[in-house]
Amino acid sequence: MATIYIMGKAYKVPNTLTIMKAIEYVGYRFVRSCGCRGGFCGACTTFYRVKNDYKLHVDLACQKRVEDGIYIVQLPFMPAEKPRWDLDKMKPATDEVIRVFPEITRCLSCNVCAQACPQDIEVMRTIQALRRGDLEDAVNLTFDCISCGACSMRCPAEITHYQVFQLARRLYGKYETIPAKHLIERVKEIEEGKFDDEVSKLMDTNVEELKELYKKREIEK
Amino acid sequence: MKKTEIVEGYLEYMRESIEAVEKTREKRLKETFPLMSLEEREEILEKFHPDYKAEAKRPVKVGPNKGDLMPHEVADLLEAHPLVKPRDVDLSKVDFDVDVLIIGGGGAGMTAALWANYTGVDAENILIVQKLRLGDSNSIMSQGGIQAADKPNDSPVLHFLDVMGGGHFTNDQKLARRLVLDGPMLIKWHEDLGVIYDKESDGTMVTIHGGGTCRKRMHSARDYTGLEIVRSLKDDVLNKNISILEFTSAVELLIDESKQVVGAVLYNMETQEYYVARAKSTVLTTGGFGRLHVQGFPTTNHYGATADGIVLAYRVGAELRDLDSVQYHPTGAAYPEQIVGLLVTEKVRGLGAQPVNKNGEQFVYPREPRDVEASAIIRECYERNNGIETPTGMRGVWLDSPMIDILHGEGTIAKRLPAMLRQYKRFDIDMTRDPILVFPTLHFQNGGIIIKENTETTIQGLFASGEVTGGTHGKNRLMGNSILDYSVFGRITGINAAKHAKKAKIGKPTLDHVTKYEKMLKEAGIETDRKAPILLPEYRGEKVLSRALDIF
Repeated sequence: MATIYIMGKAYKVPNTLTIMKAIEYVGYRFVRSCGCRGGFCGACTTFYRVKNDYKLHVDLACQKRVEDGIYIVQLPFMPAEKPRWDLDKMKPATDEVIRVFPEITRCLSCNVCAQACPQDIEVMRTIQALRRGDLEDAVNLTFDCISCGACSMRCPAEITHYQVFQLARRLYGKYETIPAKHLIERVKEIEEGKFDDEVSKLMDTNVEELKELYKKREIEK
Repeated sequence: MKKTEIVEGYLEYMRESIEAVEKTREKRLKETFPLMSLEEREEILEKFHPDYKAEAKRPVKVGPNKGDLMPHEVADLLEAHPLVKPRDVDLSKVDFDVDVLIIGGGGAGMTAALWANYTGVDAENILIVQKLRLGDSNSIMSQGGIQAADKPNDSPVLHFLDVMGGGHFTNDQKLARRLVLDGPMLIKWHEDLGVIYDKESDGTMVTIHGGGTCRKRMHSARDYTGLEIVRSLKDDVLNKNISILEFTSAVELLIDESKQVVGAVLYNMETQEYYVARAKSTVLTTGGFGRLHVQGFPTTNHYGATADGIVLAYRVGAELRDLDSVQYHPTGAAYPEQIVGLLVTEKVRGLGAQPVNKNGEQFVYPREPRDVEASAIIRECYERNNGIETPTGMRGVWLDSPMIDILHGEGTIAKRLPAMLRQYKRFDIDMTRDPILVFPTLHFQNGGIIIKENTETTIQGLFASGEVTGGTHGKNRLMGNSILDYSVFGRITGINAAKHAKKAKIGKPTLDHVTKYEKMLKEAGIETDRKAPILLPEYRGEKVLSRALDIF
């Protein structure tokens, strides 16, 4: 068993539990601070300190195992307004990102943001990439971002990084990737009804014949 | 006694089995276990698939599907009392009066909202009600990818055959047709939105196989496909100022005197206040039922996957189908304990990793349809006794992940499966060097609310799309067809809900169906304290629940 402190209050829990399961074990029922329970949604961001360590740590409650003597508090919501943008009216350039989020130019390069990231994203490096105009680098560095907001809670320049990165990814995806030619052609073929007859014919086929066709289909190597 | 020292994430006795896996690897790289015939598939399903356990189901006693077999966990919810009593709700005061009410803000709900908006409904006349945060859903967790027949060697016709065969030819063919024919258009829409799909340098989509596919048509965004799509949809829903109520559930639908659905009673999960929402079109995009833990299985699903939508729809008389059929994903994590049941994406097998037993032997083709693959793993662990037992008594088989980097070059896992790699690293397991232990986990609600091709349910004014519906996948969905499902049918829902709202004449909202349902329960002799929908699962510790006082 481990002793954990939920917002300062001590409870004993089995030491194999994740923070999330431990909080439930002692009797809390989540409405906030719990989402996918699988490390993908950023709802269960948790700040904690452990015994004999002055450092403030951050992790996801659904992924982090409890430790004896751990002090925990969760971040149910990151207070920030989401700026509205219209991608159709924007250029694929980092100056658009700086226009919407001028505060990124205030980055002190202290790297506290990256230390807070439960996904180990190089947050500060990404902000620097955007400042020097490298959209692609920013996208690759932040693809694993789950928008939990831990970085933004710690930032002395008061940047809401996860929103900055979302804009960067969308601009890049919309303007800097090459549209798939085969996709455009296939959509056109479907619109022209190229496959309609063949699909209709399959729909009129009885199940036994359909099974034969299914068995006979060639599997791409 | 099991040897309990942990070496790089695994207990010593597991390491011994891993050595056996390593010994056979070179040989296995050259040979793949053969595919089963349709007859063999049927046989293994009947003997080993959890759906075929007769004692796990019962005929439901009330409602339009009276007599249909369903898992006890689902029947329990349909044979339960409504949460609200009509006398407790003042329907004369309408809090929200909108054209399109969307219940459930995951992939299907947000896609429907955007397309309702494109079809001419103003953002303020659309309301998304979401039990947790906008986007919190199974949609965000799907890793592997989305199918669409857009490559020159592929066609929607072949995709149709795969969908039908995967579903054992039980699918609603009209829905399957829409799924495959609209697929490429929806990928194009995503591309236009800025969704970053994996591509070659010339723009060609990188596509791989999924279980039961005859062509490589699985598109992906690394192994964050769901996250990448959902965050783009969410961003645009917010950009367009579509109205959203978070941490608010729908607890009952509303009907008027002509028995059409005209909105819902909502419930603020935090303040416990109810709201009355009136709508010309009502949409159910509430997702599936993983968190019911059918037959005690762990699940890959989101916290909110509690089958609310089918309960609400059933109360107003909507018909359901195929709810006896549950999808168990063949590869849920079986070790370490902290992540038991979480998804190990099918992409791991798509990229070449083979399932192998404790002796390092293959026992199944790596990419059979999901129900067949899952059955083979259950057989290997429990009939043939060739599984590896974990310290908590669970059994699993190895998924030989190191094969991926050997087959496709070092760094492939890091590049194409970053989420998986990260998840295991948290527990000191390096999946590029060591295999990972897996066992089937509850993944998807194959059946659900019956819809027509325009996504209208059997009740006027009520639309549905995504996992809450049934028919598209028959009794088994293939990998990559769920994102496709919510994209294709979410769009159709948005368009048709918008069109319906333009011409709909709605009357006074009532809860008459609730009174009627209570009467039906009584007549069927159902005596129970159960209430539904349950909104969230109950995971509080047994001790604390047994001592809880209801005084505050």
